[in-house]
Amino acid sequence: MSTTFWIILAGAIATYLTRVGGHLVISRFENIHPRVEAGLNAVPAAVLTTLVAPAVLGAGPAEWAALVVTALVSLRGGLMSMFLAGAAVLILARQFVG
Amino acid sequence: MTAEAISEGRPASDFWDGVRLSMPVVVASAPFAVLFGALAVDNGFSVLEAFLMSAMIYGGASQMVGIELFGQHVAPWLIVLSIFAVNFRHVLYSAGIGRRIAHWPLLQQALGYFILTDPQFAVAEARAVSGKPVGFVWYLGLGLPVYLFWVIESGLGAVFGKLIPDTHALGIDFLLPIYFLGLVLGFRKRPLWLPVVAASAAASIIAYKTVGSPWHVSIGAIAGVLLAVVLPPHHSGIGERP
Repeated sequence: MSTTFWIILAGAIATYLTRVGGHLVISRFENIHPRVEAGLNAVPAAVLTTLVAPAVLGAGPAEWAALVVTALVSLRGGLMSMFLAGAAVLILARQFVG
Repeated sequence: MTAEAISEGRPASDFWDGVRLSMPVVVASAPFAVLFGALAVDNGFSVLEAFLMSAMIYGGASQMVGIELFGQHVAPWLIVLSIFAVNFRHVLYSAGIGRRIAHWPLLQQALGYFILTDPQFAVAEARAVSGKPVGFVWYLGLGLPVYLFWVIESGLGAVFGKLIPDTHALGIDFLLPIYFLGLVLGFRKRPLWLPVVAASAAASIIAYKTVGSPWHVSIGAIAGVLLAVVLPPHHSGIGERP
């Protein structure tokens, strides 16, 4: 087997450990402390924000316009409509702003 | 209980419910799958290896980092460590979603954790918050299309990578931030949402400028989670329950 294959296999095991590890740690406790539960409830907003924030900072007018429209549509519409609206604005704005 | 009984009684419609929600993810991740395949071959992977990496790791950002380092002839152990670092945020997803799927049979859980990506976690968590059950069939409907398209498109990118047109004009480099922003906003009714978002945004931007990528993700996430932990329980709405 090639080195590449071993890198992929080890990377896959490392990744699976991150995907199952949090559950294995938490499930050892019978009762989850309210503060830990509050922390777990904050996970989606906390992690997903870090995937957006640096990208927003490095973006330009076309991207910002797309994000504003996405935010506005998300107040009313579902996930698909807000995504399509944001993508449409982005593609349109980039034809002008580049 | 009624909702659960109805929902568990119609597995086929549960499955297609999940598939419908997977479509934005399939669209948003497609360019990255193709791009990954093309870059992998550029950096010295064979088509089969590119395909295997997508099938076995199934984590876009970590795969990109992995092939980039591979192309720079970085030591193998350091490549694996970097993949681990990029994927470290999944520890939090795993701890969070474990509460929703602990009642599944063990094999289903094992498979469920294998496909636990960013959108998989966010959409499943949103369903749990809205009071609907997170069943295995629904979860599979959400995750399976994303997985299959990801793996197949990686292979296509590896074979036909040279044919990719101007990706900037099509906006594909910014589709994922748009999608993730929509997911963040979907959780806005949760207690502490705004302080958590503010803390994570500030910490991730500072970390991005100082420590650098990919650590800004873990650092920013931990900042937001810690804030929710240290704030008095009555803010988080958890201590108030009888």
